[in-house]
Amino acid sequence: MARITVNGIPHDVDVEPETPLLWVLREQLGLTGTKYGCGVAQCGACTVQIDGAATRSCVLPVSAVEPTQNVTTIEGLSSDGSHPVQKAWLALDVPQCGYCQAGMIMAAAALLEQNKRPTDTDIDAEITNICRCGTYNRVRAAIKRAAEEA
Amino acid sequence: MNAISKLSRRNFIVGSTAAIGGLSLGFHVPFGREALADGSAPPEVNAWVVVKPDDTIVIRIARSEMGQGSLTGLAQLVAEELECDWSKVTTEYPTPGQNLARDRVWGDFTTTGSRAIRQSHQYLRQGGAAAREMLIAAAAEQWSVPASECQAANSIITHQPTGRTTTYGQVAEAAARQSPPAEITLKDPKDWKIAGKPLPRLDTADKLTGKQKYGIDLVQPNMMNAAIRACPVFGGKVASFDAAAVESMPGVRKVVQVDETAVAVVADTWWRAKTALDALPITWDEGPNTGVSSATIADMLAEGLEAEDAFVGTSLGDARGVISQGGKIVTATYAYPYQNHATMEPMNAMALWTPERCDVWVPTQSGESSLAAAAEAAGLPIQQCDVHKVHLGGGFGRRGGFQDFVGQAVRIAKQMPGTPVKLIWSREEDMLHGFYHPTTQCKLTGVLDDAGNIKALHIRISGQSILAAVRPEALRDGMDPVVFQGLHNGGDEYAFGYGVENLLVDHAMRNPPIPPGFWRGVNLNQNAVYVECFMDELAHAAGEDPLAFRRKLMGNHPKHLAVLEAVAERIGWNSAPPQGVHRGLAQIMGFGSYVAAAAEVSVSDGQLRIHRIVAATDPGHAVNPAQIERQVEGSFVYGLSACLYGECTVNGGRIEQENFDTYNVLRMAEMPQVETIIMPSGGFWGGVGEPTIAVAAPAVLNAIFAATGKRIRRLPLANHDLGSA
Repeated sequence: MARITVNGIPHDVDVEPETPLLWVLREQLGLTGTKYGCGVAQCGACTVQIDGAATRSCVLPVSAVEPTQNVTTIEGLSSDGSHPVQKAWLALDVPQCGYCQAGMIMAAAALLEQNKRPTDTDIDAEITNICRCGTYNRVRAAIKRAAEEA
Repeated sequence: MNAISKLSRRNFIVGSTAAIGGLSLGFHVPFGREALADGSAPPEVNAWVVVKPDDTIVIRIARSEMGQGSLTGLAQLVAEELECDWSKVTTEYPTPGQNLARDRVWGDFTTTGSRAIRQSHQYLRQGGAAAREMLIAAAAEQWSVPASECQAANSIITHQPTGRTTTYGQVAEAAARQSPPAEITLKDPKDWKIAGKPLPRLDTADKLTGKQKYGIDLVQPNMMNAAIRACPVFGGKVASFDAAAVESMPGVRKVVQVDETAVAVVADTWWRAKTALDALPITWDEGPNTGVSSATIADMLAEGLEAEDAFVGTSLGDARGVISQGGKIVTATYAYPYQNHATMEPMNAMALWTPERCDVWVPTQSGESSLAAAAEAAGLPIQQCDVHKVHLGGGFGRRGGFQDFVGQAVRIAKQMPGTPVKLIWSREEDMLHGFYHPTTQCKLTGVLDDAGNIKALHIRISGQSILAAVRPEALRDGMDPVVFQGLHNGGDEYAFGYGVENLLVDHAMRNPPIPPGFWRGVNLNQNAVYVECFMDELAHAAGEDPLAFRRKLMGNHPKHLAVLEAVAERIGWNSAPPQGVHRGLAQIMGFGSYVAAAAEVSVSDGQLRIHRIVAATDPGHAVNPAQIERQVEGSFVYGLSACLYGECTVNGGRIEQENFDTYNVLRMAEMPQVETIIMPSGGFWGGVGEPTIAVAAPAVLNAIFAATGKRIRRLPLANHDLGSA
């Protein structure tokens, strides 16, 4: 049994303590917006925020998350797409297949929380998520747009 | 509507005997309609169009959406002729079973080969136009006026003489009873208002909030999850496994042998299934291929470069004879490795099997192939099976003809009748059990005359045939035409773009026991590297500028030349690049389109930086320029990932790379600026999802030569030290 707080709501979940946060979100809580891509913290499809910091949830045991920490998933960023990053993504029609995009958006939103005006170098350093469809240039443009409009 | 609610609403009659008999049934012009048995659903006007009373337009999409954007483009083509209000358009996938039951009214579901739009534009537009005429006829009948006095625009029908109006939603039910028009005249593309426009995608919003469901996300009541492991050595089998060792682990319901090669654990959650699978003792019979390695495969292919016998793809004049006379001979050997598709969403499928019926929910590029695979594995007549398509988290060819994951899911579900089972592959399984971009080597031999013209060119390809492995019935007297993509003498798909009087392109087929597949761009990818890098080698040997050298060979190939000239002009080929920056060019024709790229790179202390790419594409007609632009940009991510890093090596008969830590791909920091020139010249319909990938690598490799004097002839670049030039 583990207690975690996700999108502001505490949950008691009946799982083995070493279960990665990703799979607790997806399978116990039904929050499937956070994706499995590699399981080894390489691709970033599983990116969520823990107290605002972008975190790859596929290698993080649920037992390592304190009940006092707030896990934010794509569903909690805003349910209606009204977060500035989501709005910028919509304006630039960024996604292709879309599978990596929740992770991209969560990483971008975390970046903008820490850095209101990220440079290209900042974006290169912080957004290391893999996209196979090839949306990188539009992701970059959308981050800059969100920075301008936030 | 998601796939699961579709199932609960599915109640069409699947017993139609006329439609049974396999998946190669003829295609019928799609004007006919059938009343759905469920009286609550609005009637369809025809197979492509449903109009709801609130004027919502539902356009049926037979092809799959995997990111390429053709869901939107296909809907634009129907909507253009339908004259409907684009803001009210939604889409839905008919199922492959419905298609079969209705005599394939929606035609081909296959979404491969950059064909979704170019293969179906005609009948989609006809379907939209037929629905429009039926809606107009229904309104005219209600008003008791001639249909010729009525016009439709923006989902509103107007009786011109009186100005009376009605909406599509109000007459849809009556329209459904109209006969389809006997004749249809399609609009001239120059009059398009919806098609041809850079409209936003229809499917973006849900991808920003986590609401978009992919196959991996689907849930059903009482569903179980399966994790699978197949013998990592190709050709190997399961010898034994100790189910008892893991059966008491948390959540585990069953340990099953899936087929000769694979074992699966079924549990209440996938993580528990995977955890138990990792703990499951399995003994493999590794089979006959344990001695196969990248080195033995390379040797096998190298032998083919010099072999006497080869399949001749293109033969003009007497290339061998002219080469044997000597002269200024230039020769080079290139090699292209195995690569994995590495879709972001790993392979998955959910199956529900009972003795009477089998349903599968799956992200697939080929719903009908999925259905065939499901029926075969289910051991049921195909009309007792159906497939419910879900958006794909990437396809790239992996989810097309190959439906191994569907067969596996059904074989697992068959051992748990009545329980829906969702099979998800781990990334490791995905990397180890791909259908890999085939490996080839290529020896090119050219002879130049004193004026620097090519007198003869021999392109010898040695290596793997995809068709020999996956569709041997499609071989032509043993020859695989796919191997010659981009090297055909003419034709409307893969025409070679240079006039060479004595030209021989031949293929020594050498098939290692690694399963090959159609990988986005297919053989065009390595053929473009071979030809376009060698053209640069010949230009260098002739002491000529790479553009000028090509130009004089392209007089009879104006469309090939036009895209090349376009990128050269935009990149500023005739003016000096910025200090330290060097340029390279490439062009090719593939999938019916003409594409070119110009790259600007720098190499400093052995570090490559790709600054800028200019790409041009002539697809004939451009249905949605905004989506074409995205496909072109994305093609560079895919093509440059392959160029820089893409390699699956073989050792002990198995692939060595198991995840993205060893199978690297391009990321944000390496992504160049991309400028796209879309220059549709009309008169033909070419694809856009794949061709540009092919020019990414050669444009960059030629720029690297300009920067370093070093020819990279064996991909990927990661294996080379650019600092040691």
